[in-house]
Amino acid sequence: MNSLTNRKKVLESKQMNFWERIYLPAIINGLSITMKHFFKKRTTVYYPEEKRSFSENFRGLHSLKRDENGAERCTACGLCALSCPAEAITMTAAERKPGEEHLYREEKYASVYEINMLRCIFCGFCEEACPKAAIYLDGDIAKAGYIRDEFIFGKDKLTEPVIK
Amino acid sequence: MADKIKVTIDGQSVEVEPGTTILNAARQIGGDIVPPAMCYYSKLKGSGGKCRTCLVKVAQGSEKDPRPMPKLVASCQTQVMDGMVVENTTSPEVLEARKGVVEMLLINHPLDCPVCDQAGECDLQNLSFEHGASNSRYEFERRTFDKVDIGDKIQLHMNRCILCYRCVYTADQITEGRVHGVLNRGDQSEISTYISAAIDNDFSGNVIDVCPVGALTDKTFRFKNRVWFTKPVDAHRDCDHEKCSGNVVLWYKGEDVLRVTARKDQYGEVESFICNTCRFEKKATADWTIEGPRKIEETSVISSNHYEMAHPLPVIEKNEVLIEANKKMFHKKIK
Repeated sequence: MNSLTNRKKVLESKQMNFWERIYLPAIINGLSITMKHFFKKRTTVYYPEEKRSFSENFRGLHSLKRDENGAERCTACGLCALSCPAEAITMTAAERKPGEEHLYREEKYASVYEINMLRCIFCGFCEEACPKAAIYLDGDIAKAGYIRDEFIFGKDKLTEPVIK
Repeated sequence: MADKIKVTIDGQSVEVEPGTTILNAARQIGGDIVPPAMCYYSKLKGSGGKCRTCLVKVAQGSEKDPRPMPKLVASCQTQVMDGMVVENTTSPEVLEARKGVVEMLLINHPLDCPVCDQAGECDLQNLSFEHGASNSRYEFERRTFDKVDIGDKIQLHMNRCILCYRCVYTADQITEGRVHGVLNRGDQSEISTYISAAIDNDFSGNVIDVCPVGALTDKTFRFKNRVWFTKPVDAHRDCDHEKCSGNVVLWYKGEDVLRVTARKDQYGEVESFICNTCRFEKKATADWTIEGPRKIEETSVISSNHYEMAHPLPVIEKNEVLIEANKKMFHKKIK
């Protein structure tokens, strides 16, 4: 019967000759290919000890920025949370008390600011929405973890350290 | 009763009572041709004429005297004449003037919208978004005021004030005994209570609702949440205050009522004033009879992330057969 597709391949089963039967030439051939690669340039890196350089517009973990005086720029306006397509950001606002001017830039600040890194898709919309230039996705790759709670990043992990 | 007079606004004619202002005649037509108003408030006598955002061009003064008016006029103050022809959005001159007015209003406005609780329902924000330029030419320091505490219910941010005088009229006409007004003159004009006395009468909370910007905001809602993260719900209660209607909007976040406001119509004016007990004291669901979700304009940021809206594809909006087939969906969108 003719095949309908014409894709059928008829295999021929040929008897192997002596050299093919002892396998040695094939093994030597294969090993020589392996040996050749010892002297070639490596294409992999020893992650995490060694890291590839990111492209300039790479979007990694978020960081909450401080201004030139070391005060937090975020005013908890909620525009990042509004623009977030994955709804990964939540925050609670609080009023700055007298004497906290060096900590917070505006009279309102985020007392709680959380990003769920499991939800985040690193689209960078929060960065674009921010009117205060307070959030940037300039960090590293999000690290793996065992517990889901580890992926909810609070202000302790997000806020930039003060430059002394 | 005198005969009705005919007035044409942007090519649309309407017959109104003599003595009606151009703005109110335009509101009777409705739609996009209604000039914006920051200071005029139909429920407050004497309001209007301050902000100049409602400027329109009168192309024909009346039937008898068809000469145009030499300058743009404030439509909230100018009364219509028989046969008057008014140009609002059709006149480039008006749009240009309005742009200038917005720039003037924003000269001393701090633009601290990220901090301001009014953001999202702010008339000035909407106005500058629709009519303003994206840049200001102003280079100098903005005028600032010292903070004044006017009580534990109402927060005054004088820096944001655009001096529309609405709250002063409210205090005058709605509440008993005026407790605040405008001090000083010109650039230094300032809304304040006399010698920092606290505002405490039953209706004083209404100044929050009439304020077109974030100058007077609810202290009990201060920094609690952004307006667009809360869910507005119509509700009412039997208020024992004789002047209070008890019809309000509750702004929910989860199960908590964060804020109670009066119901605002499409021009941002309250439908009926409410008393301070309703506004500040009754913040439990048990206090209210819920009527249903508040209808919010689709263009408002408050309705973002609410998924009940239907958005027909552009291809449907153009094809008549598809429009007929998707009538239900369209009906939903318009509502």
